[in-house]
Amino acid sequence: MPSKEDIKFLSNPDIGKKKKRYCRFKKYGIKYVDYKDTEFLLQFVNEQGKILPRRITGNSLKYQRRVARAVKRARQLALLPYVTDLLK
Amino acid sequence: MLRHYEITFLVDPVLSKEELTQIPNVYADLLKSNGCEIVYIDHMGLRHLAYPINKKNTAVYYCIEFTCTDPQVIDQVELAMRRDERIMRFLTVKLDKHGVEYNALKRKGIIPWKEAMAKAKAKKEQTQQEASAEQNSEASTTEEKETQNTES
Repeated sequence: MPSKEDIKFLSNPDIGKKKKRYCRFKKYGIKYVDYKDTEFLLQFVNEQGKILPRRITGNSLKYQRRVARAVKRARQLALLPYVTDLLK
Repeated sequence: MLRHYEITFLVDPVLSKEELTQIPNVYADLLKSNGCEIVYIDHMGLRHLAYPINKKNTAVYYCIEFTCTDPQVIDQVELAMRRDERIMRFLTVKLDKHGVEYNALKRKGIIPWKEAMAKAKAKKEQTQQEASAEQNSEASTTEEKETQNTES
């Protein structure tokens, strides 16, 4: 029985496998989202400054709400913009 | 009930240095006189704003973390801030237990998400090294078998 390394496929056999989505807060045990930490919040915001939806970031509802709250506070304090272009 | 609060405020950057260092102390004294304990005063420094406020593009940020039993004090402090023309914006936040923990760690220099990312990265590299070591050992054993077969 030839081993997996010996068989050569024309296309990638891993195609079609779904990437396991996970909430990074639950995985790494992060409990608090600081509104003053722009470096962290930029991960959850797109180039226009809009908050990214849950289905893209993979956050659970609880942490998505906390992130949204933090981003909105940061916007109030002019740490993040409301609308822009070329944020990243 | 001892509650933890955090008040972040932006100050006009055009002021002189003495005035700038004075402002957070003024509000800290105001809080202390009303019976609040100040945990930490963070001088976040001069920062560029994401959008102009009052036609200014930079501001000096300060953050005062304090504990209080009587929330009426905050009303007074906020009123004083509203009257003060040098303060452009302020935001008072109540900190829950996770927030308090986060701030304590931050003062020590440990930022939880950065730690977690570094740990995960180190773990990944370790598993990769182990996997490559396994592959090398497998390759060597198969080579040995082949040489044995050819000899025999």
